[in-house]
Amino acid sequence: MVKCPVKLKVNGDEFELYVEPQRTLLEVLREDLGLTGTKYSCGAGECGACTVLLDGESVVSCMTLAVEADGKSVETIEGMAKGGELHPIQEAFLEHGAIQCGFCTPGMVMQAKALLDENLNPTEEEIKQYMRGNLCRCGTYPRMVKAIIAAAEKMKKSRAR
Amino acid sequence: MLSQYNGEAKPLAGGTDLFIYMKTRQLKPKYIVNVKKIPEFRGLRSESDGLHIGAATTIRALERSDLIAKQYPLLTDVISSFGSVQIRNMATIGGNICNASPGADFAAPLLALGTQLSIVAPSGERKMPLEEFFTGPNLSNLQTDELLVELILPVPKTGTGSAFIKLRRVSMDLSKVNVAAVLTVKGGVCEEVSIAMGAVAPTPVRAKNAEAMLKGKPLTNQTIESAASAASVESKPRTSLRSTAEYKREVVRALVKRCLNLALERGGG
Repeated sequence: MVKCPVKLKVNGDEFELYVEPQRTLLEVLREDLGLTGTKYSCGAGECGACTVLLDGESVVSCMTLAVEADGKSVETIEGMAKGGELHPIQEAFLEHGAIQCGFCTPGMVMQAKALLDENLNPTEEEIKQYMRGNLCRCGTYPRMVKAIIAAAEKMKKSRAR
Repeated sequence: MLSQYNGEAKPLAGGTDLFIYMKTRQLKPKYIVNVKKIPEFRGLRSESDGLHIGAATTIRALERSDLIAKQYPLLTDVISSFGSVQIRNMATIGGNICNASPGADFAAPLLALGTQLSIVAPSGERKMPLEEFFTGPNLSNLQTDELLVELILPVPKTGTGSAFIKLRRVSMDLSKVNVAAVLTVKGGVCEEVSIAMGAVAPTPVRAKNAEAMLKGKPLTNQTIESAASAASVESKPRTSLRSTAEYKREVVRALVKRCLNLALERGGG
């Protein structure tokens, strides 16, 4: 199979890769770049476990080809903590116990980041609507909503500083 | 490019349908051609004949458009119930139409709006009403070397209201049944109406008998009720995984009634 050149900026680092055109962004992140924080689950865009941000917009990486992401910036869960400090969303998820088995968490955190980057004052209803593509089989939804509200407060404070 | 590969290439837009068909081996294209990167295929612009929407415009871009919010409330209904944010960031309006699913969310509303399609082939461009586009479940009049370039939505007349309602099990599900209505009212009388239904026939269809019953008549509970019954009779649902035919017929009646009432309310009639 022919390989195509793909330039990706992942969590700020530039990569030049040669990938087979049928491979998904998720496969390339996990297998070629070793970034296994992003999870594979349904493979059909229904569960949100593989959510990453592509040029700031959340997408399901299991249905995005790596070649489609050429020239774009990708944010994954590995890029959230900076200098050994957790991102406010990660802190809030921990504080509110919004994690049980943790499999859905990387996708949840990235989707929450997309939401809060767009709107730092979401209502509970807006959070539920925005997060409806992220499934949690442990049922942490109510805690997740609380965590996102708390994360928004943290982010507002750190911006005001 | 599509003609060069002789039917073995499939156009790719958002990939949210195509990749599922490929993963389940329902489609096995040898080549895929990414149309999302062609700038002419993206974006919205207002012209004298209506709103032109590029086929590769994402649902998310429609969601952010003031033009859509102001003039086409039924599309806002579609968007707010369409998949998840992630899917709306990826999926495109052209892809939703070209896959020709009988229950595609945008099919019935665009049908009710009287949408025109602009299609390009190696031999040139052609226009086609959306109404003539669908030929069967996942089948359309689009040839393998053709691409849908844009959709043209006529400007709604004053006094027009519209609505879209879909019934499904959970938020990420496909429709069991969906209904769209566009209604123009003048002095309490129905001047123009179009009703379209999804997932109740091999293709999205207009409820022409129901429309004929309303046109030129005053809009009362009674006339709306009879139109809803007529739509239920002319729908041809089949029993599927998602529901039985009998149930879907009842749902058509209920949704047509609700849609007409909502459109009436929004039109200010």
